[in-house]
Amino acid sequence: MYRYDEFDHQFVRDRTNQFRSQADRRLKGELTEEEFRPLRLMNGLYLQLHAYMLRVAIPYGTLSSKQMRQLAFIADKWDKGYGHFTTRQNIQYNWIKLEDTADILDALADVEMHAIQTSGNCIRNVTTDHWAGAAADEIADPRPVGELLRQWSSLHPEFSFLPRKFKIAVTGAPNDRAAVKVHDIGLRLHRNAEGAIGWEVIVGGGLGRTPMIGVTVRNFLPEHELIGYLEAIMRVYNLYGRRDNKYKARIKILVHEIGADKFKSEVEAEYARRPQASTEVEQRELQRIAAYFAAPQLEKLPRWSPGFEEAKLGNPSFSRWTKNNLGPHRADGYTIVNISLKPDGGIPGDATSGQMRLMADLAERYSFDELRVSHAQNIVLPHVKKDDVFAIWKALEAAGLAAANYGHAGDIIACPGLDYCALATARSIPIAQSISRKFADSAKQDEIGKLKINISGCINACGHHHVGHIGILGLDKKGEEYYQITLGGSSAEAASIGTILGPGFAGHEVADAIETILDTYLKLRQPGEEFLAAYRRVGAKPFKEALYAAA
Amino acid sequence: MTTSPEKGQLVTANRLRDGIAVFLTRSGVWSETIDDAALALEPQAAAALESRAKDDEKSTLITGAYLIDAERLNGRVRASHIRERMRALGPTVRLDLGKQAEGTGAGFAAPEGV
Repeated sequence: MYRYDEFDHQFVRDRTNQFRSQADRRLKGELTEEEFRPLRLMNGLYLQLHAYMLRVAIPYGTLSSKQMRQLAFIADKWDKGYGHFTTRQNIQYNWIKLEDTADILDALADVEMHAIQTSGNCIRNVTTDHWAGAAADEIADPRPVGELLRQWSSLHPEFSFLPRKFKIAVTGAPNDRAAVKVHDIGLRLHRNAEGAIGWEVIVGGGLGRTPMIGVTVRNFLPEHELIGYLEAIMRVYNLYGRRDNKYKARIKILVHEIGADKFKSEVEAEYARRPQASTEVEQRELQRIAAYFAAPQLEKLPRWSPGFEEAKLGNPSFSRWTKNNLGPHRADGYTIVNISLKPDGGIPGDATSGQMRLMADLAERYSFDELRVSHAQNIVLPHVKKDDVFAIWKALEAAGLAAANYGHAGDIIACPGLDYCALATARSIPIAQSISRKFADSAKQDEIGKLKINISGCINACGHHHVGHIGILGLDKKGEEYYQITLGGSSAEAASIGTILGPGFAGHEVADAIETILDTYLKLRQPGEEFLAAYRRVGAKPFKEALYAAA
Repeated sequence: MTTSPEKGQLVTANRLRDGIAVFLTRSGVWSETIDDAALALEPQAAAALESRAKDDEKSTLITGAYLIDAERLNGRVRASHIRERMRALGPTVRLDLGKQAEGTGAGFAAPEGV
C-alpha cells in the first residue's frame, strides 16, 4: 500500500489546521455560511437532513487494517457507532458535529487519511477495481496510476474550480469492475500483440440526470504520458465546459455537444502544445509509487485445498457462500473474499464499528493487512488462502456479515436516499430492504443468478440506477414518493444505460414489481442465460406485458 | 378536542454547531421538537418568524433557515412534505436513532414503511 512521505503528511496536517481555524471562525460568526460552505465542502463536510455528514476519501478503495480500525474509532467517538460505505468507494458518517470535525480530520490524518476532494467542483477521489492487484484476469494493478492521479490532482490549482465535479475511474482488467465507461474519464488497460501495455482513455461518460456512455479518445496511450494527456483533457474542459448551467456543466455534455471528433481534435491540439513534453518526472514518480504496491509475498500453493473442499462438503451454507462470494485470484491456492454488506433486509453499505473491527482483524490475520471497498458497497479481502476461508466465514457469520448474495438479487446498491440526504426526493433504503426481504430465500436467489439491482433516491443517481440490470429511481410526485423502473443497464465493459419500462410505482408496490420482472425472466430465459443477456435478447416487451397487463 | 387542523407555516433550520434540525418557537428559542414550533397562520406572521430566524443566523445560532408548510392538530405539528416529516423524526430505517429515539421526535407516525 502507498505510505505517506513527509510532504503528504505535512500537506494533510496543514489542511486540517486550516480547517480548524475556518470552523472556529464560522462558529464565532467571522465567516458567513455563504463564505464557509465551499470551505467545508472542500473538506468533505455536508449539511444533511439530521446533522452534518462527513465523507472520507478512501483512495481507490484501498484500506489497511489500521485505517479500518480508525474508521471504527471515529464511528464510536464522534458518530453513532456505524458508517456507510458509498458507491464511490468512500465512507460517510451521518451524525457529525461541526464543532468535532477538525478533531476527526486529525484522527484521519493520524492514519494517512483525509476528506479532501470528496466534494466540490474538483477532480474527486479516484476509484478503481476493488479486486485490483488480486484478480486473475488483471493485466496490471491499476492503483499506482490511481495514486499518481491522486497526487497530481490533489488541490491542483488549475483544476480546483472546474465547471463541475470530475470523476476518474481506472481498471487494469478486461472485465470492467470499475464502471470506467460511465465516468468523466475512464482508463482501461490493454496489452498489445507485442506484450506492451497501454491505456485506453474514455471521456464523457456519466450518470446523473443525463446518463451517457463515454467515448474513447485514445486507444493505447503509454503510461508515462497519462498525466500530460489528462491535463490536456482537463484544459479543454476547463476552457469550453459550460459554467452558465450547472446541469449542462459536466464534461459529458461538452463531449456530446461538440461531438467526439471535435472534442478529440481539441484535446490533441492542446496535448501537442503542452509546455513540457518530457515525462521524466512522471516516470520517476510512477516507479516510486509502484514500489509501494509491490505484490504481497504470496506462498506457492497447490490449486487444490483439501481443507477448503472438505469444509464445503460438510457445510451447505458455507458451500453456497463460497460459490457466490469468492472471486478468482491470480495465484493458485488463493482467493478473493467478497464480504457482502447486504444482509437480508439490511441497509446496503452500512457497517457497525464492531463489524469494521472484525473485518480489520480478518484482513490483518488472513489478507496481508489489506481491505478494499467496492463501488457496490461491499468489502473485499483481496489475498486469502483457500485454507483460511472457512475460518473467515465462521467469523463473518458470527458478526452478521456472511450474506451469501454477492452479485445476486440481494446485493443491492442503494444511496442513502431521503432517510438521510438533503438532495433526495424519495427513500432508497426501505425499497432495497423490501426487495432484499422478498428474495431472502437463497434457493430463489441462486436460481435467478447474477443480477444487479441499483436504487437511487433522486435524479443525481448516486445509486447508479441507470446502469443496474434493474434500476429503480425514487421521485417525488406532489409530496409522495414513487419509483420508476429501468431495465437493461450495465456498467461493465459492454456498458449500457437502462430504459424506463413504464409508469412508476408506489413504494410498497416496488418489490412485487421486481418479482414479476424476475419471474418473467425465469420463464423466458435460455439455459444459462443471465438476466441482462435475456433482456438484451428479448427486449422490454415481455416484461412490460407482465408488469402492466393486469392494470 | 379540535378535529380540524390549523394550517400555516413554521420556520426550521439546522443548528450551526451540530447540524441538528431545529424549529423556531413562539418565545424565540429554537427547539429540537417540531411540536414546539410557532405556527404562523398568516403570511405576515410567517414573515415575522422568518426575519427573527435571519437574526439568529447572523448570531451563528442556526444556519439555513426556511419556512415550511405544516398543520397543528391537538397540540401536535405535522409538516406537509415527507422530507420535513423525516427531519422532525430521524431516519425511518433506524428508529433507534435521531429525534424519534431521543424523545424529541414529532407526534405523528413515521412515514409509512415500504
